[in-house]
Amino acid sequence: MDLLQKIKSVFNKPVVKDEPAAPIVEDKPAQRAPKKGDNIIEIKGITKVFDGVTVIDNISLGIKRGQFVTLLGPSGCGKTTLLRMIAGFETPTDGEIYIEGQPITAVPPHKRPVNTVFQKYALFPHLNVFKNIAYGLKLKKIPDSTAKNGYRKYTKAEIEEKVNRALKLVGLDDYGYRDVNSLSGGQQQRVAIARAIVCEPKVLLLDEPLGALDLKMRKEMQIELKKMHQNLGITFIFVTHDQEEALTMSDVVVVMNDGIIQQVAQPKKVYDEPQNAFVADFIGESNILSGVMKKDYLISFLGKDIKCVDKGFDKNEKVDITIRPEDIIIVNGEDKGHFNGNVLSTVFKGTYYEMEVMANDYEFTVQSQKEFKPGAKVSLEIDPDSIHIMKKMLTENKHKGVVTKDGIVSFCGGDWEIPTDGFEIGDEVVIHTPFTAVELMDDEEDGVVGANVTQSLYKGTYYQVQVYTDTDEDFYIDTADEWDMNDRVGVKIDTSKVTIEKYNPVLEEKEEEVNVEA
Amino acid sequence: MLKHKAKVFRPTAFAFPYLATTIVFVIVPLILILVYAFRDGDGNFTLQNFAQVFTNPTNLTQLLKTIGIAAVSTLITLLIAYPTAFILASQPFNKMAILALLFIIPMWINFMLRIFALKSLLVTLGMKQGYVMAVIGIVYDFFPYVLLPIYTVLSNMDKSYLEASRDLGANNIGTFFRVTLPLSIPGVISGVSMMFMPVFSSYAITAMMGDAETSVIGAKIASMFTHQNYGDYGPGSALSFVLLVLVLIVMVVSNVLTRKTNKAPAKGGKA
Repeated sequence: MDLLQKIKSVFNKPVVKDEPAAPIVEDKPAQRAPKKGDNIIEIKGITKVFDGVTVIDNISLGIKRGQFVTLLGPSGCGKTTLLRMIAGFETPTDGEIYIEGQPITAVPPHKRPVNTVFQKYALFPHLNVFKNIAYGLKLKKIPDSTAKNGYRKYTKAEIEEKVNRALKLVGLDDYGYRDVNSLSGGQQQRVAIARAIVCEPKVLLLDEPLGALDLKMRKEMQIELKKMHQNLGITFIFVTHDQEEALTMSDVVVVMNDGIIQQVAQPKKVYDEPQNAFVADFIGESNILSGVMKKDYLISFLGKDIKCVDKGFDKNEKVDITIRPEDIIIVNGEDKGHFNGNVLSTVFKGTYYEMEVMANDYEFTVQSQKEFKPGAKVSLEIDPDSIHIMKKMLTENKHKGVVTKDGIVSFCGGDWEIPTDGFEIGDEVVIHTPFTAVELMDDEEDGVVGANVTQSLYKGTYYQVQVYTDTDEDFYIDTADEWDMNDRVGVKIDTSKVTIEKYNPVLEEKEEEVNVEA
Repeated sequence: MLKHKAKVFRPTAFAFPYLATTIVFVIVPLILILVYAFRDGDGNFTLQNFAQVFTNPTNLTQLLKTIGIAAVSTLITLLIAYPTAFILASQPFNKMAILALLFIIPMWINFMLRIFALKSLLVTLGMKQGYVMAVIGIVYDFFPYVLLPIYTVLSNMDKSYLEASRDLGANNIGTFFRVTLPLSIPGVISGVSMMFMPVFSSYAITAMMGDAETSVIGAKIASMFTHQNYGDYGPGSALSFVLLVLVLIVMVVSNVLTRKTNKAPAKGGKA
């Protein structure tokens, strides 16, 4: 009850005044205007390896001045590590980060023109709200031509004025002398934001700052942060795993997975035109299917050839397809669209109905204003415009290994029985394993190597599962079963479907280059 | 029948042995001290014992000397233990718990043996018994007790505070004085009180490593009780009672200080 009152009191406060608060960052239009639009942060070829595990894999990214950029991805994708490298808490293993054209990887955090709002706020427990916010100001040196060394510190009055302005901006006017531990989560959050922006950073870094708040408070803070961004005019880099948060708040979304950037685009584009199956699955709800590009403007999936608007793929190239649930037209009766289907279930979602429709052995998720009862015979029509076709990330598993014995190839930390006719012991080989030739075992002992499930995508008639072995190599598996994320599994291979070839370093490198360009 | 049986083994029953030992070994001796302190040789009530404690000038100088030795050795120990704890708790040493253990291992050796060993070592090096050797002995003996609480606080400190400080413009030195030190004060206080109070009331080390000059108040009390003359029990009890009150005052002060600095949880903000 007490907590409820506290939360209410926060909400009832007129938090952000209608008139824009005096900007904390001194507006210098003359300086800023011509530069607006250029890259304030330039990340070039950043790689980070922790204890032999590559967390960030050769990332390059430019962040435009004044934008609200979100780093979005599942936990462990490297987004927080990337943010910490910009803040200076981690040093990249390779690559360079530039802020305003200056390389900064050698610059310690306290000399970087960025400030961070930490995930758990990290408010100093021995200081009150005012002193927490004043912490950075007391340390700041400001140019002053009259001073001996050209710099001076803020005076007490200046600090007080700035802190009070920051407190006002976050709606905590009268909280200056409160103990930080007596504040609610939302209030601590505001203090953390005030403490960072009062230092007038060029870039504000936010590390999942809303993660610890309840849903209602989170929504409120999203709107406030967005307003603050508009008022302050500085660049925000926001880390989150919540796709909805990313889409509502950002100018640009950077979708990350496995230490690699999957897509950089405006929120709408990420949603409408996902770069690959991962992005499509991660952002919003999707029907993800496998198909074959018959020719330009003609795609074949689930046994049907359907017109589409994409071209430029190889003839008969295998592709991934996404169709958003709201883009599928559902009508009563059979033979009125591309697929005949059978409604399996219907759920009312407030403004629309969401239905699972079985058609040609695929369970479509369909959203419609009209309700169709389970068991109803329906037709599904798909507009060419709403079929989004993506290049397949991979078409088979490829691993490097060594022939260790006659009939034994060693790779991914295991010894596999594969016919090695024509190869010598000690030969380095490349092993090609089709997605369908890999089998996952519930019991780790039943497989040749153990692995962790990192991804499970429904692809229409099957699941595409990704697992990581302990040697940090991955397998993709096409299977009828869904596997839970982070499950420990055993990996087995149907070795009769595997092909091996001699490892050719020159060829491999060439292929990698081609991949980068693609 | 069964009901009765169950009642005998209530959880509170486990507190009885502790209660009994406390009564026999703590409460009763304390009462005895009090009784003897207010009794003369014939068993009548008197305040003479206390008068004697406060009027005897050697008592006061000895008391001040004791406080001085305890304060100086505690300060020296703190000055050595804090940096050691800081290094042990910081990267890359914090991953090697064995290092901290190395500093604790001397605690496993018998106290007397340790002091004897150190004494012969120092004597071999040509040092004379006296204040310096006594203080070295005390510092050596109590070092782990001061190190441990500081090490615990420092190694459990949420690293995000340090990151926040550096993020806001403080370099490593600034961060230490503005964040690390203030947040580690509870550890310092408990380390200091774990050392100062025992040193204040014990006399074994000063007796073994010091000389006639370093005789502390504890030694004086002991001599009053081991003296053949029964009449010294009274003044001896009165003196130990005064000592007890002094220690109690130190404890209360340090508790208040700890509570003041410790009201903040060591870990980060709650959601």
